[in-house]
Amino acid sequence: MPEPTRTRAVKELGARAVSHRLFWPLAALGTLLAINLIATPTFFNVRIQDGHLYGSLVDIVRNGAPVLLVAIGMTLVIATRGIDLSVGAVAAIAGAVACVYIVKGPADGAAGTAIVAISMALAVCVALGLWNGFLVAVVGIQPIIATLVLMVAGRGIAMLVTGGQITTVNNDAFAALASGHLLTLPVAALIALGVFAVTQIVVRRTALGLLIESVGINPEASRLAGVRSRTIIWTVYVFAALCAGMAGLIIAANTHSVNANSLGLWIELDAILAVVIGGTSLAGGRFSLTGTLVGAMLIATLTRTIPNIGIPAEANYLFKALVVVIVCLLQSPKARAVLQRRREPIPTSREEAVV
Amino acid sequence: MSAQVATTDDGLLARVARFSPPRRYLPVLGTFALFIGMFGVGGIRYEGFADPQVFLTLLLDNGFLIVLAVGMTFVILTGGIDLSVGSNVALSTLIAARTLELGWPVAAVIGVVLLSGTLLGAAMGLLIHYFDIQPFIATLAGMFLARGLCYLISVESIPIKDETFSAIAFGSITLPGGYYLGWTAVFALVVVAVAAYVLSSTRFGRTVYALGGSEPSALLMGLPVAATKVGVYAISGLCAALGGLLFALYTLSGYSLHAVGMELDAIAAVVIGGTLLTGGRGLVIGSLLGVLVLGTIQTFISFDGTLSSWWTRISIGVLVLVFVVAQRVLTRRR
Repeated sequence: MPEPTRTRAVKELGARAVSHRLFWPLAALGTLLAINLIATPTFFNVRIQDGHLYGSLVDIVRNGAPVLLVAIGMTLVIATRGIDLSVGAVAAIAGAVACVYIVKGPADGAAGTAIVAISMALAVCVALGLWNGFLVAVVGIQPIIATLVLMVAGRGIAMLVTGGQITTVNNDAFAALASGHLLTLPVAALIALGVFAVTQIVVRRTALGLLIESVGINPEASRLAGVRSRTIIWTVYVFAALCAGMAGLIIAANTHSVNANSLGLWIELDAILAVVIGGTSLAGGRFSLTGTLVGAMLIATLTRTIPNIGIPAEANYLFKALVVVIVCLLQSPKARAVLQRRREPIPTSREEAVV
Repeated sequence: MSAQVATTDDGLLARVARFSPPRRYLPVLGTFALFIGMFGVGGIRYEGFADPQVFLTLLLDNGFLIVLAVGMTFVILTGGIDLSVGSNVALSTLIAARTLELGWPVAAVIGVVLLSGTLLGAAMGLLIHYFDIQPFIATLAGMFLARGLCYLISVESIPIKDETFSAIAFGSITLPGGYYLGWTAVFALVVVAVAAYVLSSTRFGRTVYALGGSEPSALLMGLPVAATKVGVYAISGLCAALGGLLFALYTLSGYSLHAVGMELDAIAAVVIGGTLLTGGRGLVIGSLLGVLVLGTIQTFISFDGTLSSWWTRISIGVLVLVFVVAQRVLTRRR
């Protein structure tokens, strides 16, 4: 191969990698991991103790599980051009229902009690998702406002369930949701990754993903083309509420308690961040679950990095803000146009391949 | 419409009977009726509820929220949203408390707080307009940024011991009849008046409505879209900083966990006040009424004594739902 052609090929490959929508999030994730490695040389070490996998990387995946779960549901909602602000409140309600049932139930330490409690909590979540879906798909209220109702009222409902108390539970089966291990891996991470894998297969190996995207681009046109827009919109809100419920259960299991005021506080914002960082547009019509996975892991890694390099953990909000602004700017076509004004025209976001 | 009908040979009664308010005032009148109704029911159920002093205390207790809701009204009128106001309030209380602790003069403290809030708002406005970042995301970043800065300034609560601040915090105007109105409530009402004037009678205000009606049309009409869009976020930031100062006066402290979720209250107040969340229609006075309705719910709960505080959140949620559905019905009929 002559020299100029090869350099051009390398350049083109580089340009294609840079313009890939997951390039910047992955680069940010890599940078964060590198910073951690410099701060703590043993950061990547993973060891097996008592048959369980331990290590910082495992912790990141485990602690990132609730945000990842919520973000998976949020991705599908956003793909239909919606948004679900109520997921934090739904998580709190799920935690409240499960914990109150375990405390007041027949045998508060039994595994059976935990299973009934979890099923009850998830059933309540389905009902809440149906309510959100009803407001959006049937009444026709803008999603951001429709879900605002439950966002505002939801924590009040959770308080109503717990009677305003911080409810503490002692149930090993329930606690295993957060701290248990299966096949050496943490259960919380397995649940989140399992939901991710199933969702990815269902939306990409069946037509469902395509239908969701078509509804996101134009609900009316999709309906005229024979897509049941209303059912699809309804389904994604129920799915988002279910995911939020699972996240709420994991958080409650992690602390062995539920505080209706703080459980899942701002998790909706973290989840939306994960989705946006992952390259899904808030305008709907296209989504990337893989991107969401990268986004959620980026947020979890960031949360871990801040105390690791000696900055007070509370300051992670500041860095979250910086990451959001930087990633959004890098993904914004306008900002890219400014950066690459003198180079060849960049492909518009519509033409990029969907992951 | 009604003004043209009222001819000279009609009797006063006939004119009153035929009077129907312009449709754009209907949501605000609804909120007003709700507020009067709630106050009336409270007055019948609880002794001392209908006392004018209860109303004046309502203004005092919610002064900061009134100012926040005014700023939020500007943003929502353009069809945007500002999630950063709660954190901005917390940041303002902390900046005020920290600079006072360092011995800065009060005027400088107020100046720095107002400037920082406005700059934060303007920065978000620039991101939104020039880089096409959605208002939701840009102000979300602003929210995290302000909270993070709070924690960098201090993780602990800082008390405010300054004499001027205490004097304003506890000072009040005595009204005829022995009633009194706190200074912070007066500030809040002045802000409402100024904002109402700006929105109804200035070029900027009309452009805000035009932008909310249709941004492409506003552009084609040659209106200063960029300046207005950045301007509303700067105003919201300024209002949040001012609300933060009022909140610092109210609590006499600066703390990074102040005002968690207050942006939700502000948005709820604007919605209950009848402003369309899609932009273009709404009045500042409605937002004032919205805050008063929220405040009355709380007064109800404190007067009742048997109701628990979580009923506040549930009733606010129900009210938002009712108003949103009503808006939907009204706009669909249009």
